[in-house]
Amino acid sequence: MKEILMIMMSVALVNNFVLAQFLGICPFLGVSKKLDSAVGMGIAVTFVMVIATACTWPVQILLLDRYNIGYLQTVAFILIIAALVQFLEMFLKKFIPSLYKGLGVYLPLITTNCAVLGVTIMNIKSEFNFVESIANSFAAGVGFLLAMVLFSGMRQKIEAANIPKAFKGVPITLIGASILSLSFMGFSGVVQGIFG
Amino acid sequence: MMTPVILLVTMGLISGVVLTIASKVFFVPVDETVSQVREVLPGANCGACGFAGCDDYAAAIGADHSLSPSLCPVGGAATATAIGSILGVEAKAAEPKVAFVKCKGSNDNTKKIMEYKGVQTCAAAKNFYGGNWACPQGCISLGDCVSVCQYDAIRICDGVAVVDRDACVGCGMCEKACPNNVITIAEKNKVVYVACNSTETGAKAKKACQVACIGCKKCEKVCKFDAITVENNLAKIDFEKCKNCGLCEKECPTKAISNLRVKKTISTAPTNKEQKVKAAKAKG
Repeated sequence: MKEILMIMMSVALVNNFVLAQFLGICPFLGVSKKLDSAVGMGIAVTFVMVIATACTWPVQILLLDRYNIGYLQTVAFILIIAALVQFLEMFLKKFIPSLYKGLGVYLPLITTNCAVLGVTIMNIKSEFNFVESIANSFAAGVGFLLAMVLFSGMRQKIEAANIPKAFKGVPITLIGASILSLSFMGFSGVVQGIFG
Repeated sequence: MMTPVILLVTMGLISGVVLTIASKVFFVPVDETVSQVREVLPGANCGACGFAGCDDYAAAIGADHSLSPSLCPVGGAATATAIGSILGVEAKAAEPKVAFVKCKGSNDNTKKIMEYKGVQTCAAAKNFYGGNWACPQGCISLGDCVSVCQYDAIRICDGVAVVDRDACVGCGMCEKACPNNVITIAEKNKVVYVACNSTETGAKAKKACQVACIGCKKCEKVCKFDAITVENNLAKIDFEKCKNCGLCEKECPTKAISNLRVKKTISTAPTNKEQKVKAAKAKG
């Protein structure tokens, strides 16, 4: 249990996918303008990450490793993730149409979201077992959601702020993202401090 | 060798089957009107109708049937009629629109004050003292409008953007792209317009460009329809009031007002009849 908590804490705060590993930057910058769509995107990515892990981990262990065809990992994982995102899109369209509309073009973009592919490959690379992989993916998604929420709050403040003309738009957004990323470096000793 | 192929194909098949079943289970009935309207729209996604794209316009019509079916200038009358027939209403065709370039700052009329060698776009050049030209509010002529035009309707000729009125559909992409707001969209049947964007005082504007509007208000006085007002040293024509009479163009001392109406020319060459009479006279 302690190990799982450690994995979750470290991937959500210390090795945050967006702010420390720079994966999934496209939705991070694209959907973080409004808080509700940022939360929706974060939840959708978390959901896809967990389901993708639940599907890819057995495929890796039971098929790719058993038949010694690990080189097919990327292709197989992309196939699974793409199908999952299509499934999620249909599901949201049917049951949560407001979220479907809010996410708009960014929902199909989860298909090519490197954070999702990244988490599934890292689970295998870190040699996690199934439960640890699921925990890792869930925490990675929560970390993504946390970054999105914090950043959308920042962006809403930036919108109202009186900033120099040269910094308006993309420049101030990127500067804000980098400062947020720097602030997350403060977590680097936390996990060792708690569990060490 | 065959194992990886079989595995991958099987995985693809399973995904396909699951998605097919899901598409049946999670099927959401789409408003038929929306899909029909979307089909007749041209798909240019230019946003000239005031919506984000053709999909958005179709969805808006589906949600509110009283919305005008003739908002699409690209599709024109044919599209409006088609949408009208889907909705069961009679559609009035959208008045065709076209882009106007509010500048005549060609190489002859104005001059360059520097040789800009940075990124070759109007937007970038504007950051450097408003671009190459003596008038900082005129056409920068590096072709931002040309690059966004999907209809090949705009060209840079002799240092100023020129619109091909036959090819232009009035989508407004060039208007959005122009950093100096030199381009405007107006109804195609309006042929008299102010071809200047300078709000400098008369002397300064004239020094920068020979055909600049100097804000003399002569056009304002001569207009019988009260369609012209001069604000910030620049004449502005209210297209709703303008009757295309062209009096202002004749009155304008700097020729800053353009009239696109083709003028009738009286031919000075002798006609066939005159030639025959001449020949008969010569014969005696």
